Amino acid sequence: MTGHEITFEPDDPYHAFLTTCPRAPHGDGKLGGIAVAVKDNISTKGIETTCASKILKGYIPPYDAHVVELLRQSGAAIVGKTNMDEFGMGTTTENSAFGPTLNPYDTGRVPGGSSGGSAAAIAGGMVRMALGTDTGGSIRCPAAFCGIVGLKPTYGRVSRYGLIAYANSLEQIGPMGRTVTDVSALLEVIAGHDRRDSTSYDKPYSPAPRADISGLKIGIPQEYFGAGVDPQVAAVVTRAIGRLEECGATTVPCTIPSMEYALAAYYVTCTCEASSNLARFDGVRYGPAADTKKSWHEAYREVRQASFGTEVRRRIMLGTYALSSGYYGKYYAKAQIARENVKRDFTRIFSEVDVIAGPTMPTIAFKLREKSDPLSMYLSDILTVPANLAGIPALSVPCGKAGGMPVGLQIMGRPWEDERVIDVAYAYEQAVS
Amino acid sequence: MAEEQVIVGLEVHCQLDTKSKLFCGCSTDYRSDGPNTHVCPVCLGLPGAMPVLNKRSIEYAMRVAKALNCTVLHESEFSRKNYFYPDLDKAYQITQYDKPLAEGGYLEIEGDEGGEKRIRITRIHVEEDPGRLVHMGNAERGKYSLVDYNRAGIPLIEIVSEPDMRSPKEARKFLNKLRATLEYLSVFDSEKEGSLRVDANISIKGSERVEVKNISSYKGVEKALLFEITRQKSLLRRGQKVDRETRHYIEARGVTQSSRSKEQEHDYRYFPEPDLRPLHVQSWVEGIVLPELPDARRERFIARYGCSLNHARTLTGELRLANFFERVVAADPKGLATLADTWIADTLIGELNYRDMSIHDLAMDEKNTTGFIQLLGLVKDRKCYDKMGIDILRQMLDTVKQGRPYETPLEIMKRLGLVPLDVASGGTSPGGASLSETNPVTRAIAEVITEQPAAVEDFYKGKKGAFNFLIGQLMKKTRGCADPGELNRLLTEELQTKEV
Repeated sequence: MTGHEITFEPDDPYHAFLTTCPRAPHGDGKLGGIAVAVKDNISTKGIETTCASKILKGYIPPYDAHVVELLRQSGAAIVGKTNMDEFGMGTTTENSAFGPTLNPYDTGRVPGGSSGGSAAAIAGGMVRMALGTDTGGSIRCPAAFCGIVGLKPTYGRVSRYGLIAYANSLEQIGPMGRTVTDVSALLEVIAGHDRRDSTSYDKPYSPAPRADISGLKIGIPQEYFGAGVDPQVAAVVTRAIGRLEECGATTVPCTIPSMEYALAAYYVTCTCEASSNLARFDGVRYGPAADTKKSWHEAYREVRQASFGTEVRRRIMLGTYALSSGYYGKYYAKAQIARENVKRDFTRIFSEVDVIAGPTMPTIAFKLREKSDPLSMYLSDILTVPANLAGIPALSVPCGKAGGMPVGLQIMGRPWEDERVIDVAYAYEQAVS
Repeated sequence: MAEEQVIVGLEVHCQLDTKSKLFCGCSTDYRSDGPNTHVCPVCLGLPGAMPVLNKRSIEYAMRVAKALNCTVLHESEFSRKNYFYPDLDKAYQITQYDKPLAEGGYLEIEGDEGGEKRIRITRIHVEEDPGRLVHMGNAERGKYSLVDYNRAGIPLIEIVSEPDMRSPKEARKFLNKLRATLEYLSVFDSEKEGSLRVDANISIKGSERVEVKNISSYKGVEKALLFEITRQKSLLRRGQKVDRETRHYIEARGVTQSSRSKEQEHDYRYFPEPDLRPLHVQSWVEGIVLPELPDARRERFIARYGCSLNHARTLTGELRLANFFERVVAADPKGLATLADTWIADTLIGELNYRDMSIHDLAMDEKNTTGFIQLLGLVKDRKCYDKMGIDILRQMLDTVKQGRPYETPLEIMKRLGLVPLDVASGGTSPGGASLSETNPVTRAIAEVITEQPAAVEDFYKGKKGAFNFLIGQLMKKTRGCADPGELNRLLTEELQTKEV
């Protein structure tokens, strides 16, 4: 380690950052001197970490997340914390308590979410790579909307220690970058076992993206090209898959019938877990202080009412309801069955094909404030949540434009085959460059 | 009318005596340190921190499960119990819910009707202790609470019994036996403050059940149950009914009080803890070998040291007591076994209880054990008689209790001026004076006979009690320093001589 630092004072016209570190120290190593942005739900020792929520305003973690430790060890310069939907709850980054992030391709549009700040920071040329987190598409959606590469690794491949939990059983920290090579390099640094995360596995990642995909079998699920998917987006993605065929891959049509219940299973699971995870924010130990003149539950209620945003309160209430006595079996337990069905469908398909490909998002980036009702917003996650429910790796790579906006090609793979998913994306990237 | 049947079931929470907490590496040895000094991101519930299961605590819990004859489940699971309370930093407790570590066992106790009685164990599960609230100020002004998270994350096991106990006494026996078993397993230290907490379910047959929470001492359990039985019975006798409710035990006043809070309506919204994987312990549990448990040790004490059943039960009913007994006996296996049996099981226990002390208070300093062994040696060698020995023991215990510097039994004897009086040899004193003038025993006999003419008369009239009274007076005068057998003989002789 040497005492280097880089200067980081961007204009940030897209409001990608919540916090920047004008003098960012860094060391030597694989990422020596490279500016890396970190999503604001990942704990950074000494740097304010808010999850874009008022309830964590002023919270400076006394410890680094495992991935942040690894970043520092690799020599990376952590230059700032990026904007997001509050606690990761959203698909547009409009749910940030500190104002939305804008899409660098069209500032009238959202960058996607919830890792919108990380995607915009890369697409806007402020950093080369960034960490995002993906609970139901939160890396892949903004990657697709902003025309960059983002990977949600296999569940357990990257330690979640220090990631402020929204939905523990679904989410993963993952790399985002301008190119597949950058994403691969960042994954190499953050992947591997961490004894502080009991759900992490000893599966380190050694990158050697190979563009040779001859003989690869690609499953094309009909649900990814059906109702609700913008035909223009579907057309761009179909063309991209054609390029993969030109590289020697073959395609096989398939279906994922369990997708009918995937979105419901996802929203029940994530809201249940969130209602429990977010209960600790009570104004006692961090964040805006509770009024100690009042009885404790009154003080809790006031702090939570005043400091959580609308969408967060909605999800806490949904999850609380779904876990309530008498409803657990109706909602949470059923959601887990639906989840098993999704896993089973993927297992079946992956016995016949190597990867699955389709669009990342059903549309291009929405206009700001376009998705005003929560249901239509939830529906836009339909193509990304299956990978979270099944815990499989899924990546979004830019594959062209529709209506002047970037479109993402989503590639999903077998558990622990993040390498293969990256290879396919790399092959595509090489083929079109 | 038949006595109303009392039905008692217990839920016992015990802190497992591990070195580190259940889900982090923080030390569990927090009691002598300042508040919030044994904490880290995990046990403070800081955002992003994750639990990592302490394997040792599961091992400990499995030992308990095996010792209580439970079936350890092939797969158990941790769940979150969600509720808001300021001592609960994550606003949920990580515990076990529908897949506990172990189920269906039993513990044998000495039943009220004599003989061994089986109390069935419903389940055993592992969970984390919450932090602790320290209430400051008073009701009039400055009323507030401070939170200490040192205790947060200490491993607990909850042992749930079936409602198989029929009296507060049986409940106490169950608890004592359970405590002994846990200590024999080296998983629990009853001496640590707050290491055991009990919730009791109690009902009179045919009526509603009441749950009494917050009992934090062994004695408290019996007291709380006695209070509750009286309360419930008197309600029923007045023709009122017992409400199904949760009550709190107020230790200071020895009463139970209805919890008016909405606690009963708590909906804990349990769901599996997503940050921990399910536990598979089958092959692990098979490898666990249990040490000697209280029942086995009791039988061994009877067979090896000739202890009576009751004494053996008492001696083995507490690990430290049993160890103390064996330490003492080991000093002189032939000479001390019989003596140690009565001296420890009757005399020492009585004196300790009288002073509200435990064997730990005495035995934690090795010097005291040595002193006790020396004391028994003196008694064995007739260098000190029982009554003297008891006086010395009392001094020893008072010294410990008051924190005074240690004295050996001989030093105590000397300080108190206790010298065994030689009455049998009848030799002359060094001064050459005649025996009757110098021998305090002879003098004491003469004095007693002079001072108690009425008793002497009663004796001659054939009243048996009179002789015992005179002996008592004699013991007092000689401060227990004379051989009781010799006293007996000499007094009889003297009285008979006088009569002639």
